[in-house]
Amino acid sequence: MAYNLKESVKKPERLAGGHRMCAGCGAPVVVRAILRALKEDDHAVIGSATGCLEVSTCLYPYTSWKDSFIHSAFENAAATVSGAEAAYNALKRKGKITGDTKFITFGGDGGTYDIGLQSLSGAMERGHDMVYICYDNGAYMNTGIQRSSATPSFADTTTSPAGNVIPGKMQPRKDLTLIMANHNIPYVAQTAPMGNFKDIYAKAEKALYTPGAAFINAFAPCPRGWRYETPLLMDIIKLAVDTCIWPLYEVEDGKLTVNYKPRKKLPVEDFLKAQGRFRHMFKKGNEWTIEQFQKDVDEKWERLLSMEEN
Amino acid sequence: MNKKDKLNLGNDVNWKEISPGGVINEPGNSDKFKTGDWRSVKPVWIKENCKQCMLCFPVCPDSSIPIDENGKRLDFDFDHCKGCGICAEVCPFSAIEMKDN
Repeated sequence: MAYNLKESVKKPERLAGGHRMCAGCGAPVVVRAILRALKEDDHAVIGSATGCLEVSTCLYPYTSWKDSFIHSAFENAAATVSGAEAAYNALKRKGKITGDTKFITFGGDGGTYDIGLQSLSGAMERGHDMVYICYDNGAYMNTGIQRSSATPSFADTTTSPAGNVIPGKMQPRKDLTLIMANHNIPYVAQTAPMGNFKDIYAKAEKALYTPGAAFINAFAPCPRGWRYETPLLMDIIKLAVDTCIWPLYEVEDGKLTVNYKPRKKLPVEDFLKAQGRFRHMFKKGNEWTIEQFQKDVDEKWERLLSMEEN
Repeated sequence: MNKKDKLNLGNDVNWKEISPGGVINEPGNSDKFKTGDWRSVKPVWIKENCKQCMLCFPVCPDSSIPIDENGKRLDFDFDHCKGCGICAEVCPFSAIEMKDN
């Protein structure tokens, strides 16, 4: 069925308010968008890797989740949920369980790109019928903005502080979405909550209702760590997509499709200058960092377009 | 401890009363925890400007824009709204204004 925002809002809310995420956080926006793609009658078993989302949505004795939620450790969220899926299959086979249950794992970029990579890779390779969703805010925000392998180059974090010695993080970002695509699983997508949320909804629906393992990498700005004013969330997301820093694409059975090609590709400065974590890049003497950043983005974008053609 | 008690665990629960395994038996009970007092500015819904386009609903991190059974938005849930202002920023019809709390 074609996507209709006004229809999708009628679905029951699956993430209650009262969680302790910061004001203006991008992660609950991603979570709500993904959970709206579930059919109303389906139940979900959700696990989460340690991170802001886990510790803020499930503070004993309160939970914000209206579906089953499993508190997991940093490195094993994908393993936990894949185990739950295997148990469900066994019970279903024996006729001890009725109804449809979907298995979803949420992880931040720390719990996905770095610490949870082995359990994620294993769960995807074993082909469990589950969806892993990474909400990528580009650093360990929960513990105080330490760099992760998802942090973009030249970002100022507490473990890659910009100053006289280095201009922020010196390494490029790891491209996890393509790493997951190379696991040859049925569905991999990179998305962001944007505009009327069609892109993220359609991708979540495909991921949830495609049998087998699926991975979604969703862009989730963090006003605290990125140092921008909270109302600008949707503007920052739009800029990341329009500058091609965060391309929206999906890989279905090995076929890559770029879902959004900006009519006018914006210069990376537009995205960088909106955020305090890149402020030092505009200082005299650091012009090369912006040139380098633009070159990296252009190269990656060109590579993505050529992969789509082949 | 019987099941009824477990459902009524409050913010002041002590270690003798906690449920085995730290299980929470009441889905979505964070509703009872009011995060509205975090707010320094509050969104004001100007009903006559609102075209019910629904663009504000999905951008709320705190699920604080209630929807009725006809799919129309209602006034903000000020028990949980943290006053981030994303809804006011995305509104194309100037139907949400941020005011001092």
